[in-house]
Amino acid sequence: MTAFTLKESTLDPARAVFDEVVPSGRGFTRDLGRGQILRIVDLEGNQAVDTLFYDAHNPDERYSSCDTIRAQSGIYLTTGTRLMSSEGRALLTIIADTCGRHDTLGGACSAESNQVRYALEKKYMHSCRDSFLLALAELGRGMNKRDLASNINFFMNVPVTPDGGLSFADGVSAPGRYVEMRAETDVLVLISNCPQLNNPCNAYNPTPVRLLVWDPPAR
Amino acid sequence: MTGTATDPEAMTETLRGGSAWSRRMRRGQLLRITDPTGRAAVAALLFNAADPLERYNMPDTLKAQYTAFLTTGRVLYSDMGRILASIVDDSAGWHDTISGFGDAAALRARTGEGSYQEKRNDFHRNTRDNFLVELGKHGLGKRDLGVAVNFFVKVRVGDDGALAWAAEPPRPGRSVALRFEMNTLLVLSNTPHPLDPATAYAPPDITLTIGRAVLVGDDDPCRLSRPENVRGFQLTEAYVETYFDAFSGQETP
Repeated sequence: MTAFTLKESTLDPARAVFDEVVPSGRGFTRDLGRGQILRIVDLEGNQAVDTLFYDAHNPDERYSSCDTIRAQSGIYLTTGTRLMSSEGRALLTIIADTCGRHDTLGGACSAESNQVRYALEKKYMHSCRDSFLLALAELGRGMNKRDLASNINFFMNVPVTPDGGLSFADGVSAPGRYVEMRAETDVLVLISNCPQLNNPCNAYNPTPVRLLVWDPPAR
Repeated sequence: MTGTATDPEAMTETLRGGSAWSRRMRRGQLLRITDPTGRAAVAALLFNAADPLERYNMPDTLKAQYTAFLTTGRVLYSDMGRILASIVDDSAGWHDTISGFGDAAALRARTGEGSYQEKRNDFHRNTRDNFLVELGKHGLGKRDLGVAVNFFVKVRVGDDGALAWAAEPPRPGRSVALRFEMNTLLVLSNTPHPLDPATAYAPPDITLTIGRAVLVGDDDPCRLSRPENVRGFQLTEAYVETYFDAFSGQETP
C-alpha cells in the first residue's frame, strides 16, 4: 500500500501532446482535461517538485493532503494513490511511479519559513511560495495565497516514525525517475520546481524537471 | 505556569458535544481546553485576527520542530513565519495535525444518518460543516479550510507509512493549554475525528477556560525548545509591535 512500489509506464514520449523542461526556481500552470496523463521526470535526481491541483472549473475545490492520506490510510504517495480533493473526490490517480515514494506533509518553502528554519537573513532566498504566487498571478484567475493548500512534494522523502518524529531524509529518487498520473476530472496543475538551497530535499542542488502530457488512450 | 486557576478574570464555558465555537483570542490570553470524559476530539483552525490570509500552517509547524505531532513546548506557526499560539501545558501528550477532519459523508458511513429531522438538536454534526458555519461568521469559507489541529487525537504512522487511530484508554480530565502569541481568530469544532472507529455518535462536552497567560520570558520553554522557535518568537515579537500606535498607546486593529 505505502511501501515502495515501482511501476513503469508504457507511454511513448514521441506521442506526448506536451513536452517541456521546467528549470528549478520556476513556476508552472497548465489545465489537464479529464483522462489526460501527466508525467513528471526527475531529470538529474532528487529534485523536489512542489505541486498542487485544483478543479479547473472551480478552484475552491483543491488537492487535500489530509483527505488523500486518510483515503489510503497511509502518508506516502505512489502508484495507486488517489489524489483527493477538499470535496472528497479523486482529482487524479497515480498510475506509474519509478521513484516509489512521494511526500505530502512537508509543504512548500517560503521566504518566511526559511527565516524560521535556517536564519533570519535567509529571507532574500528564492522559494516555492514565491513561484506559486507568481504563477497564480500570471494565470489571471483571481487565485492567491488563500488558495495555497498543503501540497505534494514529488520525489521528496519525509519519513515519519512511529514515535512521531519527522525528518527530511536524503532523496530516494535518481536521474530519469518519473511519476505519472491520470486526471479523473478537468484539473489545473500548479507546480514550483523547488529552489531550496538549505536542506537535502534536493541534495542542495536544484535541477530541471521534464513535464509530458498525453491525451487519453483511444477507446 | 497556566495562570488560569488563580486568575480572577478567567471565564469558563462548556462547549457541547457536536458544537462549534469561534472567538478572537488576544495576544497574552490563555485558553485551556479540558476533556472531562477523556474521549473528546477537538478540531481547530487558527488565523491572524487582523489579517486572516495569514493562517495556521501544518507543514511549517512540523518542519520547524522536526515533529509529526504537537504537545507541551511546541508552537503553532502561521504561514508567515510567526507563532500564533504556544502549547504551554498538556496532559494528553499527543495532538494530531496531519490527518484532517471529517465531513458529512464520512460521518454518515460510520454513525448513520442522524438527521436534524429525526434527532432535532442531537443531530450528527460533522467537523467540516461546523467549520464552514463558524468561518462564515467571519467572512471566510471553503478556501480557508486548511489542515486542522486535532486536539486529543492520536494517529500513529507505521514504519511503512500506514496511518492508524491509536486506541488508548480514556483519561478523564485531560487538558491542553494554549497561550496566544498574536491576536488570533480561533475556530473549534467538538466533533468526532474521521479515524475514530466508534460507531455511536456521542461527542462529549468539553470545557473552555480563558484567562491571562504569564509573559513570555527569555527562558520560556516554548521559545527554547528549538533554535527555530527562538527565531519564530523574534519574528512574532517584531510583528506585534506594529499592533500598537506609538503615539496613543492604543492597539491598532
